[in-house]
Amino acid sequence: MSQVNNFSNHRLINWFKLSSPSTFYPVAGKLIPFFWVLTFVFGAAGLWISFFVAPVDAVQGQGYRIIFIHVPASWMSMFIYLVMAAWAGLGLIFNTRLSAMMAQALAPIGAWMAFLSLWTGAFWGKPMWGAWWVWDARLTSELILLFLYLGFIALRASIDDPRRADKASAILALVGVVNVPIIYFSVKWWNTLHQGASVSLTKAPAMAQTMLLGMLLMALCLWMYTVAVTLMRVRAIILEREAHADWVRQSIEVKS
Amino acid sequence: MNALLAIIRRDLLVVMRRKSEALTALFFFVVVTSLFPLGIGADAALLRKIAPGVLWVAALLSTLLGLHRMFAADYQDGSLEQLALSPQPMVLLVVGKIIAHWIVCGLPLVLLAPVIGIQFDLDVSSLYVLMGTLLLGTPVLSLVGSIGAALTLGVRGGSVLLSLLILPLYIPVLIFGAGAVYANSIGLDASGHFSLLGALLILALAFVPWVSSAAVKIAIE
Amino acid sequence: MWNSPSEFFAMGGYALYVWSSFGICALVLLLEPLLVRVRFKAIVRRLKQEQLAEQFDKEIGK
Repeated sequence: MSQVNNFSNHRLINWFKLSSPSTFYPVAGKLIPFFWVLTFVFGAAGLWISFFVAPVDAVQGQGYRIIFIHVPASWMSMFIYLVMAAWAGLGLIFNTRLSAMMAQALAPIGAWMAFLSLWTGAFWGKPMWGAWWVWDARLTSELILLFLYLGFIALRASIDDPRRADKASAILALVGVVNVPIIYFSVKWWNTLHQGASVSLTKAPAMAQTMLLGMLLMALCLWMYTVAVTLMRVRAIILEREAHADWVRQSIEVKS
Repeated sequence: MNALLAIIRRDLLVVMRRKSEALTALFFFVVVTSLFPLGIGADAALLRKIAPGVLWVAALLSTLLGLHRMFAADYQDGSLEQLALSPQPMVLLVVGKIIAHWIVCGLPLVLLAPVIGIQFDLDVSSLYVLMGTLLLGTPVLSLVGSIGAALTLGVRGGSVLLSLLILPLYIPVLIFGAGAVYANSIGLDASGHFSLLGALLILALAFVPWVSSAAVKIAIE
Repeated sequence: MWNSPSEFFAMGGYALYVWSSFGICALVLLLEPLLVRVRFKAIVRRLKQEQLAEQFDKEIGK
């Protein structure tokens, strides 16, 4: 395969050319600043709405503002898992290394999003409903999602051969994706059966337009952030895994 | 069909030669269930309430104990690769091993659990429900567990990692299984739970053998 | 909306919860890219060292 990167000369994107680590590496590098800019723009707009535009809630007072980071983090944790599983699946079907590297790069940030969702959920629940942890369906499913992320990362880490790690973790991610709806449904069922906490974190304050807009903007901010950090991480992974390749040696020589 | 029976017979013979391994998993089940009253207190009403959950969690954990054995021994001495080279499809091999695992680990649990349930003062109809849920659920545990066993073949710290990978996937079975017994014990109808357990079993039977055989192939290539 | 900065930071009594939430998020989200940069620099440094070592070996071999 030609190692020449003539991407910048073409208007039309040849996706398959991008599937080689050597062509993707510089493209990713050029895209990263663009996504950081978007992150800050959406973040500034989102935080502005969250703190200076959205009105006080009648029931929950100012405390409800946690929703502007809790809900976007939850959305992202689930979205990233889907994307991660999709990349892993692509890597399995087409036997491409780069797809597997993208899945590898997405996992840590997805796990952090799940963790942040749980943390902010706890800090929202405590003042509102008196307990740090409420076994409601969404929080419990989020916890299980965190376990699925950690399992993916742990499996990757314990297999030495990178290609075997790619394929094994891909199977795990795909099995996880199929299981997430099943798990969510069963946890909801469990929640209603035991009628434990009569409170639910899903009973957020009635969604005013501004609140929805704030959550959307913060979600976009986190999405752009995820792309930026993932592209950064995948570049490091590419260098680590393709260290022996000629294009890497040339690129390192240029740097020094 | 002959090949399937042959694999089941072979795995069972291997287990028979080292009965202790299979029996320790069962002893584990008995010991773990005894720990809960010791830790929580012997109040009969409380025990009756926690019995479904405790028995099901103990069943999960003892199934996990025996899972890594499904492929590991054959993987280590090279016979797994030989079996993969045979004209029989890998799926058949995997299904045979899952059935053998269930006969050794799952079926004894189905028979033993009601005895333990008596210790927890469960009423007779709930004991039947317990047996029924375990009968439907333990095959699912063996099936889903086989995926984890195949993925962690030859990996350092494989059995602990296996538990971490598989336990989240076991949660729906746990919820429906224990939920059925609990519902029955408070006088509610458990048929919904049984339908869901049955659905999980059918889903697992339809997909897991192919996923596991793909995982085994990845491990041995 | 806010009559004074101190009112803003007090968040109607929920200051601990709101600022802990946003704070931990800010912490994690800021640390992550820094850690990735550290990882990136480490691999680049290692590759450079390997190249220098190879060149050294070649010169010695002459």
